[in-house]
Amino acid sequence: MQTNQRDSIRNTFVVSLVLCIVCSLLVSTAAVALKEVQSENKRIDRQRNIIEVARLVENPRLLKAKDITDLFSNGSIEAKVVDLQTGDYVVDTEIANDLFDERKAAKDEKMNTIIRAAGSGIGIQKREKFTRVYLVKDKQGQLDQVVLPIYGKGLWSTMYGFVALKSDLKTVNGLTYYEHGETPGLGGEVDNPKWKTQWQGKQIWRGDVDDSTLAIGVAKGMPTPDNAAYMVDGLSGASITSRGVENMMKYWFSSDAFGPYLKKLASQKGAPNGSPNG
Amino acid sequence: MAAQTAKEALLQPIINNNPITLQVLGVCSALAVTTQLSTALVMSIAVTLVTAFSSASIAAIRNFIPNSIRMIVQMVVIASLVIVVDQILKAYFFQISKTMSVFVGLIITNCIVMGRAEAYAMKNNPWMSFLDGIGNGLGYSAVLMLVAFFRELFGSGSLFGYPILQKVTDGGFYTPNGLLLLSPSAFFLIGILIWIVRTFKPEQIEEA
Repeated sequence: MQTNQRDSIRNTFVVSLVLCIVCSLLVSTAAVALKEVQSENKRIDRQRNIIEVARLVENPRLLKAKDITDLFSNGSIEAKVVDLQTGDYVVDTEIANDLFDERKAAKDEKMNTIIRAAGSGIGIQKREKFTRVYLVKDKQGQLDQVVLPIYGKGLWSTMYGFVALKSDLKTVNGLTYYEHGETPGLGGEVDNPKWKTQWQGKQIWRGDVDDSTLAIGVAKGMPTPDNAAYMVDGLSGASITSRGVENMMKYWFSSDAFGPYLKKLASQKGAPNGSPNG
Repeated sequence: MAAQTAKEALLQPIINNNPITLQVLGVCSALAVTTQLSTALVMSIAVTLVTAFSSASIAAIRNFIPNSIRMIVQMVVIASLVIVVDQILKAYFFQISKTMSVFVGLIITNCIVMGRAEAYAMKNNPWMSFLDGIGNGLGYSAVLMLVAFFRELFGSGSLFGYPILQKVTDGGFYTPNGLLLLSPSAFFLIGILIWIVRTFKPEQIEEA
């Protein structure tokens, strides 16, 4: 093809048009064809983290996708959508269904709510009104653990994780982050299994469930004997990430977040099914 | 450029014409993904594939690309390929794609890809451009893996995630060097590497 013809305005338009169409076809085909596999991956990953935080099996990284799906479908782990303000389970199936997506809800004007000043430490302005919690049952079908989703800002990124509470609803059984973008080796050590085990057995409140007794947190340096029941050792070289974790715990267990739900759950424990709605 | 044999197009960029040590391209991403060998490996494979296929496709249409928009055309091809790679990683290598996060998308801005498209693929046939892309990708990979080896071994005491030097925090003897986990350390390592290569190959030294 001759140079002047190649550089003509007409040819410029033709080439860009054809190129755009070909490329967009390529990209959209890949996106559509792989979407199902990807969302399946996400679901499995999330559920794997729930199993990990509740410490249900020795090595959750080795669990097969089918085993994970089984645990969630045979009633060992039950997902429920909670209204954070009242602490009740949502019965409206328009909201509480398998497709409920917390992240989408947090961005949706109708489904989100402004985080009160007390919780602004997590660096996020709005959260979802309803969120999904997971009830872990023992072999007799009694409530063994509750797994709650938490999130908040670290240094670079929003960190998403789960906290598992023992059946007394005051003791941490485990904490894990399944998505974050903190510096590997520094803030990224929130993933470190050794650091995560520190959380096991920590108490959230100094007494009754109330904001004034909220004591869980991250200490600078080793926790003193006085607060060792509530505090874990911060991550070295990652003060901001550690502070993020602390703020997150303080917020999500406050009366603005899971407080009402945990109170209801605790007061109705022993009632049939152990659930707030009976 | 004199006519190259296929072997030269493939092998030259690995040491003699290495995109990082000689051409000093693509350094930014070499900083970002080299804290761990596993992410460096995936990044290497991804960049190699993207460079090879983008060079090949640009070479295939090189006679039709109007000069005035040639860079835009190159970017569109590269960006599309990167998105496809990203989608494939998310579908089949989910754990790794999580740790790579934004860096896959940043392949688009990796100067090696566009550099090869502009410098080589616009003047050569698709097959040679493909080999040139693979060669440059391998040259990039070699440097990336080398840097990641040192950073992971001395920064985290492990290789591919397996502990080699027991860290103090895990009850061992090794205190990890935190500097190696930060981006500037990759600059030092690449600088030292360029120095070593140019000591052995003085012809690479640019005139002052």
